[in-house]
Amino acid sequence: MDIKLQQVSYAYSMGTPFEKFALFEVDLDIPSKTYQAIIGHTGSGKSTVLQHFNGLLKPSKGEVHIGDRKIEAGKKAKELKSVRQKVGIVFQFPEHQLFEETVLKDIMFGPMNFGISEEEAEKRARDLIHLVGLPEHVLDKSPFDLSGGQMRRVAIAGVLAMEPEVIVLDEPTAGLDPRGQKEIMDMFYTLHKERGLTTILVTHSMEDAARYADRISIMHEGRCVLSGTPREIFADSETLESYRLELPRIVKFQRKIEKMINQNLSKICLTEEELSEEIAHALREGRDQS
Amino acid sequence: MMEKMIFGRYIPGNSYVHTLDPRSKLVFVFAFIIIVFLANNAVTYALLLAFTLLVVLLSRIRLYFLINGLKPVILLLVFTFIIHILFTREGDVILDLGFLKIYEEGLKQGIFISIRFLVLVFMTSILTLTTSPISITDGIEVLLNPLKKVKLPVHELALMMSIALRFIPTLMDETDKIMKAQMARGSDLSAGPMKDRIKAVVPLLVPLFVSAFKRAEDLATAMEVRGYRGGEGRTRYRQLKWDWKDSLCLATLVLFAVLLFIYRS
Repeated sequence: MDIKLQQVSYAYSMGTPFEKFALFEVDLDIPSKTYQAIIGHTGSGKSTVLQHFNGLLKPSKGEVHIGDRKIEAGKKAKELKSVRQKVGIVFQFPEHQLFEETVLKDIMFGPMNFGISEEEAEKRARDLIHLVGLPEHVLDKSPFDLSGGQMRRVAIAGVLAMEPEVIVLDEPTAGLDPRGQKEIMDMFYTLHKERGLTTILVTHSMEDAARYADRISIMHEGRCVLSGTPREIFADSETLESYRLELPRIVKFQRKIEKMINQNLSKICLTEEELSEEIAHALREGRDQS
Repeated sequence: MMEKMIFGRYIPGNSYVHTLDPRSKLVFVFAFIIIVFLANNAVTYALLLAFTLLVVLLSRIRLYFLINGLKPVILLLVFTFIIHILFTREGDVILDLGFLKIYEEGLKQGIFISIRFLVLVFMTSILTLTTSPISITDGIEVLLNPLKKVKLPVHELALMMSIALRFIPTLMDETDKIMKAQMARGSDLSAGPMKDRIKAVVPLLVPLFVSAFKRAEDLATAMEVRGYRGGEGRTRYRQLKWDWKDSLCLATLVLFAVLLFIYRS
């Protein structure tokens, strides 16, 4: 399902003395089955943008296309439920949304709201609990007895249980330990690859954006200022800096190496594996020449 | 919806009303609440309304915004007005619809009570709109200080109030966030039959309570590690200053009370 934002502006508290624009004329085009990252400094409007993806916020100006639905400024949008089933959002600190008596019931909450039968919802919950890396016996526990990291996984399972076509992730790994971070990011990447899940990752981790995304958009002060592939985006560190963003660690490291060996590598490397291969390649070539 | 509410909200500014000392504003509003009950005829009620509008004007808060923000209260007001019209049976009949008679006294009472209500709500809203919660509690603490003699824990009460006020916006934000998270999971608070809507509140309230309790614990720990031991010997960062403007404001109120006394029947 494609998501398209056209000239979207959004103001909080429209028509009161507190009126404040958070988005200005944002254009964004996210085709089906892509992995899109949205990066930006704190307060750049990332979180406001993502709430437009399933109609939680309605644009003050402009229009949002979600699949074949159109949400326009100034018009009443009805029956957003079908949109919300197709676009799942994992909010920041999703563990705060847990409320049921047992983990099982909490995971079933989403699908049952969309009219999925109890048996089917339970089946999904049992499948998903393994996918998010938890043992099956936690299903009968109270979500409030779990650790923070486990709660996060349960909450993510709760969103995945709706079987959305698009998943929006708002800093899904904030506050987790490094290993948990990698596990969760890898899980979403596998889902993206295997099931063709359109994934939108809102983050300020340049490393995650570099490693996973097909396309990156940069938000700065409520505007979408730059879009491109990770290689295009991370080629120009000065532009990035002007948006108060840094290069991913791996690209920084590559730049240092290039300075040391006085030679540019053939491409910008986005992962450790890529970089080590490139370096090996460059060294081999160097040896051949001498 | 929630962002339009103005209860307990503060709009920074530098109008005459904004710059008054919180103590004078508190005394003013408290006295005003009593003075309102002096009015008992058309002239005095008109005076009340005029005086309130003057205060609104001086606070430089847009009347439209005030009315818009107080919509739920105004709904209540309309309701009391209707009750009065329907159930007061005194004076001449001014409208006879057969099944329903509207009496002169009912209409009069309805209007008077509405004005009284409106004026009270406006005044108290102006107080909270023009005074930051922190200064309000500072003001209350100082004003209640004499009650320490009768062993009233004034400082603790003021602290409780400022904590409560401080966390209203935080909890509002939190509610908004959780509401959106549950809406994204297909829970619908604004549509469907009443039974479903009430059920939809549970997924909202449980997480809200959990986080409120957690926050309270965190706050207590944070206060403890910073050496908080109550009000004993604690110095003040914000000093209150009484100005001629404050005296003027209270003097005007006394004058107004005298005026009401003269014109009431």
